[in-house]
Amino acid sequence: MTARRTVLEQREMHWVVTRLSHEILERNRGIRDLVVVGIRTRGAHLAARVVREIEAIEGHRVPLGILDITLYRDDLQDVGPQPVIRGTDIPFDIEEKVVVLVDDVLYTGRTVRAALDEIIDFGRPKRIWLAVLIDRGHRELPIAADFVGERLQTAENEVVEVMVTEEDGEDGVFMREIAK
Amino acid sequence: MKLARKDLLGLEGAAREEIELILNTAGAFKEVLQRKIPKVPTLRGKTAVNLFFEASTRTRVSFELAEKRLSADSVSIAKAMSSAEKGETLLDTVRNLQAMKIDFLIVRHSAAGAPHFLASRLEAAVINAGDGAHEHPTQGLLDLFTVRERFGSFEGLRVVIVGDVLHSRVARSNVFGLRTVGARVTLCAPRTFLPKGIEALGVEVETDVDRAIEGADVVMVLRIQKERQDGCFLPTLREYAALFGINRKRADRLKPGCLIMHPGPINRGVEIEPEVADGPRSVILDQVTNGVAVRMAVIYLLSGGEVEHGVVG
Repeated sequence: MTARRTVLEQREMHWVVTRLSHEILERNRGIRDLVVVGIRTRGAHLAARVVREIEAIEGHRVPLGILDITLYRDDLQDVGPQPVIRGTDIPFDIEEKVVVLVDDVLYTGRTVRAALDEIIDFGRPKRIWLAVLIDRGHRELPIAADFVGERLQTAENEVVEVMVTEEDGEDGVFMREIAK
Repeated sequence: MKLARKDLLGLEGAAREEIELILNTAGAFKEVLQRKIPKVPTLRGKTAVNLFFEASTRTRVSFELAEKRLSADSVSIAKAMSSAEKGETLLDTVRNLQAMKIDFLIVRHSAAGAPHFLASRLEAAVINAGDGAHEHPTQGLLDLFTVRERFGSFEGLRVVIVGDVLHSRVARSNVFGLRTVGARVTLCAPRTFLPKGIEALGVEVETDVDRAIEGADVVMVLRIQKERQDGCFLPTLREYAALFGINRKRADRLKPGCLIMHPGPINRGVEIEPEVADGPRSVILDQVTNGVAVRMAVIYLLSGGEVEHGVVG
């Protein structure tokens, strides 16, 4: 593996999350019917930051949920031993709500496909928006994000790593090349 | 941590980490069961066969629901509907099931060891749904799940199992499971219902129910298995009810927060009084609810676990 290259530093990552939060509020014209749901693991931490940003801007907290898409993956037959399920926690009704789904990296689109399936099992939201920190391309399904922090041109043999303090002890987005 | 085994045949020898993994996974499945659409696509394309050679309502329905909630295809066969009635051997039944390429076999049989026999000859994952008086691991796990749900952990808990221990597969699975996770277990029954040398399993034994349940955190009441009695274990059911039955008077003396459990079906008025079975301490129906989540967890974890032993025969 080659050395990692920094895409976003801690400060820049913070700016991006702040901008995403502003864009969400602008598109929704405020917090009415708004709920935020993060996809485990790093998407959930980013979703919590978006909720905090929105609260700082609007003075009100919007509901925050966490989605574990493990049970909706389409590759469980191929991954061998089952991944550990850490659980979904959506402690509010999503019926007729504007759900902002948050993830760290948008890549093939399969995670988002699974997340959409799961969300819809909770009820029928008015609308689902997708917010991602990084869109690195290489889609295998027709899925696009509504809010994108940073678009990256990547090769398939490159990996994008999003680090969050809560999980990794540091904030930042990095890229590295892997041997084929 | 992964469940690195092909089958779930018993809780004897199960590692604490394995039990905890199953209970944690069951917690996630319990959340699934509370959704508007309590079903996930996880096991689409997998097939389960429920082979019940003994009568069962809740275990069979619980397994069937667990399979359906995971989107697996499932078929249930009772002994009366099977070719066993025509004299087909268990081995021939297995060979035919093998030829049909099933993924899971859930088996209940009156003979202890029948699931082990099947597991050693089938590529499919075999889950013991009760074999004679040997083990009933998923019942043990759902009991553990129910206890942990209320107390948060097992450390320092004192669990009393009251009743027909001798004929009870539930008691054996619970003893193995509870001891492994660190609970203290007391078995309480008339001498005729206590297997010789049971203390070797690391349990305390008591023949006075009032003494046994004093200070207990959980009282698990076992069913008097009328179908397995040959008349020499008990003078009368009335005497058993008076000496060992959990009645209101006894329930009132339990310490605050003490849970009353029963694996069902209940002989009301024999091992437990209706007011106690339906009373505020009872978690009997929670056990039934938790059974589906626990069985979903077991099936899910076995669906991708690495095979620990080879297929024999």
